[in-house]
Amino acid sequence: MVKSLRHLFVVSLLTALLVAAPAGFAATSGTLAGAGDDDRSVNIDSTADHSQFEALQGPFESGMEVTEACLSCHTEAAQQVHESIHWTWEYTQPETEQKLGKRHALNNFCLGIAGSYERCASCHVGYGWEDKEFDFSAEERVDCLVCHDTTGDYIKFPTAAGHPPYEDTEFRGTLFKAPDLAHVSQNVGKTSRETCGSCHFEGGGGDAVKHGDLDSSLIDPSRSLDVHMASDGLDFSCATCHEFAGHIQKGSRYHVTVADEREVSVPGRESQRPSCESCHGAEPHEPGLHDKLNQHSEIIACQTCHVPEMARGGKATKTLWDWSTAGRLDDDGNPIVEKENGLVTYDGMKGHFEWKEDYPPEYRWFDGNMRYTLIDDTIDPSQTVPVNQPEGEPGDGRSRIWPFKTVDGKSPYDAQRKTLLVPKLFGQDDDHAFWGNYDWDRALAAGMEEARAAGQTEGRYSGEHGFVATRMYWPVAHMVAPAEESLACADCHSSDGRMAGVEGVYVPGDDGHPWTERIGWFAVAATLLGVVGHAGARIVVAAIRRRRQTAEEEGEKA
Amino acid sequence: MSRELIFTRFERFWHWSQALLVFSLLTTGLELHGAYTLLGFGAAFSAHIVLAWVLIGLWAFAIFWHLTTGEWRQYVPTGSGVLRMVAYYGYGIFSGEAKPYTKTPSAKHNPLQRVAYFSFKAAIAPALWISGLLLLFYGSWSGTALNEWLSLGSVAWVHVAAAFGLMVFIIGHLYMALTTGKPWYEFVKSMITGYHDVEQPRSTTHR
Repeated sequence: MVKSLRHLFVVSLLTALLVAAPAGFAATSGTLAGAGDDDRSVNIDSTADHSQFEALQGPFESGMEVTEACLSCHTEAAQQVHESIHWTWEYTQPETEQKLGKRHALNNFCLGIAGSYERCASCHVGYGWEDKEFDFSAEERVDCLVCHDTTGDYIKFPTAAGHPPYEDTEFRGTLFKAPDLAHVSQNVGKTSRETCGSCHFEGGGGDAVKHGDLDSSLIDPSRSLDVHMASDGLDFSCATCHEFAGHIQKGSRYHVTVADEREVSVPGRESQRPSCESCHGAEPHEPGLHDKLNQHSEIIACQTCHVPEMARGGKATKTLWDWSTAGRLDDDGNPIVEKENGLVTYDGMKGHFEWKEDYPPEYRWFDGNMRYTLIDDTIDPSQTVPVNQPEGEPGDGRSRIWPFKTVDGKSPYDAQRKTLLVPKLFGQDDDHAFWGNYDWDRALAAGMEEARAAGQTEGRYSGEHGFVATRMYWPVAHMVAPAEESLACADCHSSDGRMAGVEGVYVPGDDGHPWTERIGWFAVAATLLGVVGHAGARIVVAAIRRRRQTAEEEGEKA
Repeated sequence: MSRELIFTRFERFWHWSQALLVFSLLTTGLELHGAYTLLGFGAAFSAHIVLAWVLIGLWAFAIFWHLTTGEWRQYVPTGSGVLRMVAYYGYGIFSGEAKPYTKTPSAKHNPLQRVAYFSFKAAIAPALWISGLLLLFYGSWSGTALNEWLSLGSVAWVHVAAAFGLMVFIIGHLYMALTTGKPWYEFVKSMITGYHDVEQPRSTTHR
């Protein structure tokens, strides 16, 4: 009896467990989900509620006043930012030893910053870079809010040397509302796709213009657009990969980590992102039958297959900028603007543009070093000038084939000195700025004078300019597609595939040995013909013989 | 009229499975080389690799079998008699002469066949295998000294050139095997059943 009771007890307990377990599991996962949804009554993202800080009660007259308030607690922050390329706009490439960064490198978009500081500095992480006299040691001039805003209200005015609009102001047809600086400062937080994107998505003068793999479609991307950043998926922010330590980020397009052979990054070790391998390792594919995909990674960058197209987010990117036609004005003296399908194809201020969307990148061998044609470098105007180009070649043991967005252009150059030039594009001083008087010679003289004053060059504008074909390479690493939407084998392994034109790699299915093929197919055809001819001859001869035999037989009969 | 066992069960199995594998390798290989598209590169590649390993396995057995039975001697070119076979195919076959050769279990192949099969086994097949294995394991030697004087492209060249050799061999082989018997299917039949019909008891004149 006791035994059977115990038995009953055990059975009931087990039954109860079986029934309760899924419910319990559901309850557990509910709590976890709850934590993720942040429905706890306390803030779990931060130990500080900035709205309670006296220093942040405002009102603030300027961004710099906010920064001073920030620094009253975050005492080291400004000095950290001062070390960052976001502040210095200066970078010495350790391998090529070129002095780069926006203060030195040229591009074939807005060409260079010299003389146009008030305009360009709308993407400087600082306040008041109006001219070469800007004080790079001023702590209060660091703009904390442009990265740490969470309200979406904070914005830098396009032409205010990095300041936000302090009262509502219109610029080229768009109203820029003055942010409530106290409100913004009380709601600071981590960087986000919005804050990084406010500059990096807008590079080159507008959304999607510059990079081809960075635009505002990444603020709320689908899984198909970016498998890591998908809002309903992993939901990475920029800084998930571009880790910051002491306000210095990882990742540089001047010095790209192409082959990351370090261990997979784990907490507690030195921070190593951003490279694909730093999370995925060097052999991320299932080996399967032949392990060929993993072997590809020895010469093919992950991005080559996993970023299958440029500008995949529904926004076209600029692929050509021809400055040589700039300066056409209408009867009222305003720059003429032409559009096709909603995209500006001509702007009197800037010249002609071409745009592309959803198109294959270009592929080049790349060892991670971008070499620039700098302002003092001699160019050959009869050739397309590479404003920058990826270094590296097959078989050097470190290069991989990497995808690039290329931008073609026509840029002003000094016809006597044979160098690229920087015009002063923007300035309150309309006498010199191109966007004031549309006079190239004055704009170029002023721009080069500013470049000299800033120590960028020793040279002066000779007074004679022309326009030279230019080309720029932008390494592609974003808008990573899910595996199933990556390139398939046949995208490269087929006639005129993606690797067509890439030297130093034999691509089965695309490359061949033309003479061997001709001789081979000739031999096959000749054998076939020989066989058919031989068979035909046998048939004919047999028929003749049969007829002769019949005739003989008939003759015998006769 | 009597029957004589020419091709043992293993030989027949070997021949037909090899035929199937070689044809499949050739068709998938041509797709990989970009001659046409059917399976898609990825599927064709995987199929090509599986087929290659199966063929290598089959050859391992076949080599073992030939060595242990001594049958490898069947493929050693004799030197003599080749011209007579060439003359037969070039002239005698038209004038209705009898084939100047009779199969026997100890000499299954005529001198011309010996030359053809020997060149397949000693040149074309090894070229395909060695180059194929090098292609398959490119990842293992791409970073080594071997890569300094041997490029992927040159290995692929050997593989492709040998494949053309194989195609020429197959065309000739099919023509001979399918049309020169009496009746035409004589050789196919004996390759299936293993037996060869002989008019009279074995003669040794052509040994």
